Amino acid sequence: MIRSKDKKFNFEEGAVIEHDLDKAPKTGDWRYMMPKVDKEKCSGCTTCVPFCPEASIEMKKYKEGQRDKADIDYDFCKGCGVCAQVCPMKAITMEKNK
Amino acid sequence: MNKNLAKNFASGHSACAGCAFPAIVRTILGESPDPVVISNTTGCLEVTSTLYPYTAWKTPYIHSAFENASATISGVEQAHKALSRKGKVPKKIKFVVFGGDGGTYDIGLQSLSGALERGHDFVYVVYDNGGYMNTGNQRSSATPYAANTETTPVGKESFGKVEMRKNLMEIVDAHHIKYAAQANVAYLADLKKKARKAFETEGPAFLSVFSPCTNNWKFPTSQYVAIAKLATETNFWPLFEIEDGKYKVNWATENPKPVEEFLKTQGRFKHLFSEKNKPVLDEVKKIVKDEWQRLVDKTE
Ligand code: SF4
Ligand code: SF4
Repeated sequence: MIRSKDKKFNFEEGAVIEHDLDKAPKTGDWRYMMPKVDKEKCSGCTTCVPFCPEASIEMKKYKEGQRDKADIDYDFCKGCGVCAQVCPMKAITMEKNK
Repeated sequence: MNKNLAKNFASGHSACAGCAFPAIVRTILGESPDPVVISNTTGCLEVTSTLYPYTAWKTPYIHSAFENASATISGVEQAHKALSRKGKVPKKIKFVVFGGDGGTYDIGLQSLSGALERGHDFVYVVYDNGGYMNTGNQRSSATPYAANTETTPVGKESFGKVEMRKNLMEIVDAHHIKYAAQANVAYLADLKKKARKAFETEGPAFLSVFSPCTNNWKFPTSQYVAIAKLATETNFWPLFEIEDGKYKVNWATENPKPVEEFLKTQGRFKHLFSEKNKPVLDEVKKIVKDEWQRLVDKTE
């Protein structure tokens, strides 16, 4: 939100911009390769999570009694393949984006 | 989106696919015990995180020019001191500068030096990708010897940059600050530990973090972690700390990998593997070896 909207005149008094995810470019559109997690192979080690530049990986419940597994949110994932490269279990493969 | 990870720096930024600095920013800020206020020099991080009308920053963030992010944070830190004494603002806030190597080694060096010398309570972080990447890979004083850049192009008569990297850590150390450390994005546990120490330090603390650039070092987008790891395993980018002037190496091996293993992963060093450039490659290896020895000697 640009604060100047509240002002009488439509000029910017300094440029203060507030974070609003709805205004973010959906960087998932950049993707031409798509990471796919094989939930059976994923050990739930969390190695991939902090290396994802887009913060697109979360650990989520998969099966009762098992460790949480890596789960990718494709809204912002740019398909870089870093997650697949760092995964010690080779549980992530890059497939052609659909 | 991983909400916890994106607590300070969200998704939706426009850094290249496979860029290293988002992990650096999130990891370091994740270790702050208090709310943070950030000042950022001009550079890749700044242009890609603040593309109008969006900002990826969920923290107070001040965009400064190349040369004055440290001056900006000095003023904010002083203002905070005065205002918190009067009880007008919360007492505990951490002040952080992020700068690329261009905004740190080169253009912002004077304001960094001033802020370090005056002893402001802040953490300076340089994410070092060895050049002016957002404008297309011009050389900086952090660019390594022999790298191919737009302003040190490889050709018939030239082999890339002819100068060595500036030793910024020694320059920072010369300000007698309590804590400075060199870290690497591939070693997140080490980076976290160093970030924590930097935040705990009263007065200035400095972190220099290795940040591979897929676009201008020319490597596939999936490789930043692998390449960063090789940089340390070959002694190209040692991990160390300087606490009260005392050096300590944090990662070492009896048998470092050959430097070629790091160099061959990147297009910017491709020319070093021709017959003609064999002496240049030997010089790169010599520089890495000598610099490592210089560092080790300082730990004694
Ligand atoms: S491909 Fe890249 S952006 Fe997508 S989830 Fe993996 S690391 Fe994140
Ligand atoms: S690195 Fe691999 S095994 Fe570990 S959590 Fe990620 S996908 Fe699963």
